[in-house]
Amino acid sequence: MLQVKNLTVSIGEKQILDNLNFTFEKGKVYAIMGPNGSGKSTLAASIMGHPLYSISPKSKIIFNDVEIQEEESYKRSKKGIFLSFQSPLTLSGVNIFQLLRVALDGKMEPLALKNKLKDLAKELKIKEELISRSLNDGFSGGEKKKMEVMQAAIMEPSFLMLDEIDTGVDIDSLKTIAEFISEMKNNDRTIVIITHYNRILKYVSPDEVLIIINGKIASQGSAELAQKIETKGYGWIE
Amino acid sequence: MTKTKDSQNIDFDYKYGFSMPDTSVVRIPKGINEEVVRQISALKNEPEWMTDIRVKSYQIFLEKQMPEWGADLSAINFDEITYFARATKDQSSSWEDLPAEIKETYDKIGVPEAERNFLAGVSAQYDSEVVYESFSKELNKIGVIFCDMDTALQKYPEIVKEYFTTLIPPHDNKFAALNTATWSGGSFVYVPKGVHVKLPLQAYFRINSERFGQFERTLIIAEEDSQVHYIEGCTAPIYTTDSLHAAVVEIFVKPRAKVRYTTVQNWSNNVYNLVTKRAKAEDHALMEWIDCNIGSKVTMKYPSVYLVGDYARGEVLSIAYAGANQHQDAGAKMMHMAPHTSSRIVSKSISKAGGRTSYRGLITVTPAATDSQVYVSCDALLLDETSRSDTYPYMKIKNNEVEVQHEATVEKIGEEKLFYLMSRGIERSAAEGMLVNGFIEPVTKEIPFEYSIELNRLINLEMAGSVG
Repeated sequence: MLQVKNLTVSIGEKQILDNLNFTFEKGKVYAIMGPNGSGKSTLAASIMGHPLYSISPKSKIIFNDVEIQEEESYKRSKKGIFLSFQSPLTLSGVNIFQLLRVALDGKMEPLALKNKLKDLAKELKIKEELISRSLNDGFSGGEKKKMEVMQAAIMEPSFLMLDEIDTGVDIDSLKTIAEFISEMKNNDRTIVIITHYNRILKYVSPDEVLIIINGKIASQGSAELAQKIETKGYGWIE
Repeated sequence: MTKTKDSQNIDFDYKYGFSMPDTSVVRIPKGINEEVVRQISALKNEPEWMTDIRVKSYQIFLEKQMPEWGADLSAINFDEITYFARATKDQSSSWEDLPAEIKETYDKIGVPEAERNFLAGVSAQYDSEVVYESFSKELNKIGVIFCDMDTALQKYPEIVKEYFTTLIPPHDNKFAALNTATWSGGSFVYVPKGVHVKLPLQAYFRINSERFGQFERTLIIAEEDSQVHYIEGCTAPIYTTDSLHAAVVEIFVKPRAKVRYTTVQNWSNNVYNLVTKRAKAEDHALMEWIDCNIGSKVTMKYPSVYLVGDYARGEVLSIAYAGANQHQDAGAKMMHMAPHTSSRIVSKSISKAGGRTSYRGLITVTPAATDSQVYVSCDALLLDETSRSDTYPYMKIKNNEVEVQHEATVEKIGEEKLFYLMSRGIERSAAEGMLVNGFIEPVTKEIPFEYSIELNRLINLEMAGSVG
């Protein structure tokens, strides 16, 4: 489904990802863990096409057999890649409904979209009025993350990356979000969960766990690896 | 397109926008002198007192210096401007009677549709005089007068004489003097005591003749306890030589009356838009200016409110957009002259592609204005490194019992926000448009829906136009 080849990424002079190689398969759930600053978010942002991250000429990102490393983010999005942001941005004067109307580019009737958003708000246990307020303006941590998964649910990506969807979220919201993500699982959708904690993985069990340290994949394994990280930390990994 | 016989002599080679052949019938040679001023007055069969005001104002225009403190006006050549042209010989009484070209121009900007949908009355200006005007019967029934200024001068000379130049005298500034000497068209609105005009009154203005300056003059009188909302929307075709638009708007808001004046200005990028707008608010009156400046080469405009009565309130909500080669020098003036008066200024400016915006504000609180409140908020948004924004917030507070709040921000449109939107499948230009429209939303939510939609679309077009 999505393959990164020789992925070397830097911000300014600082290299963050170091010749990373990996293939994400269709329909699987991945957890990416690692210490702060190890390059987890950089991997997600590079796949999404963040303009401030420069990738080396040898790097390739191949999505459904097409090289996309040169494409602008919006094109990657249209191909089915979605990134739920670690720190969702506040948009003054733009609400989620307006954002999605433009994002969907006429693929859904405005009224149908509005109704869908109302249903999702109920499902995610947030106030309906948040739909028509400036996105994330004064929202709680949990509400912000819920707005992210709400957008994902509407846009129905085939490659869904969730960058620390579980941080800054209270325990009830975490459960709601985790169950919501669990329901988004299907055979055609790859889900990548970037996290520091095992708790979300109790709801959405990963098929594979990757540990990134210093810009490289230091270890990979099954769901047990995540549990081991939680109890033992990263020190034991070579 | 069918041409009228008058339109054959004009060469029109327009590369951008839309534009119609010039059908002007009466046209005074370009340039200005006392004879031109007298000729304009004579062509309109004006009373002698008006001719005298014009001639006196022309002398003041000659004596007054060009304003040096604001935008660069050095390229204006007063000798290259046509001061009067008449589009059709008589005002058409109905839409069907209008010449085909003029109708087509209006079709393109949607006058008939707008009229059908929500207009109470249309006063559409083509060249320097109103050629089409329709009154709803409702307006007449409740005693509201809404017509062009030339008609008002003929039909209601005593009202015009009572108010004309009493708020903005010709010596106020060089361009007010020029307007007073050469004015044509503009709107006249009179709302009797206690009358609430439910629907907005609208006028459409255009400059549609090369080297043709437009000097409309608007006078609005809202008697005690009355309410009215006036809207002017300006769009103009693009021309190859510089144009000047120097309008004057005087508004009288009597005790407990409420007037809102909304402008959506999109002059083409060769127009000098130099407008003097002032309102006088009496006891418990409310004056609101909503001023959106998108187009023009240079705009200098500072809508002002003289708060002369106890508890009078004044408000200016403004948007200024400056793209390449544009300078929007806009702001507001509030003069507190009575106790318990309050003023509120909200200014949003956007600069892109080397464009320049300046907020220029003057708040004066006189010793008499005890217990007054002042609120100023000006936010600037810069879309790139080459653009510029300046803030000149002058305050003269001569009373200690005044509450003053002033906030100013300058922000750059962030790559992070753009990336966020682009990661949702939104193209860069559309993402920029979305962020800019979000930025001005506190003002656009105050203007009628049809206009805010048009404004949002204009912003999106501007964002799309200068990418790459």
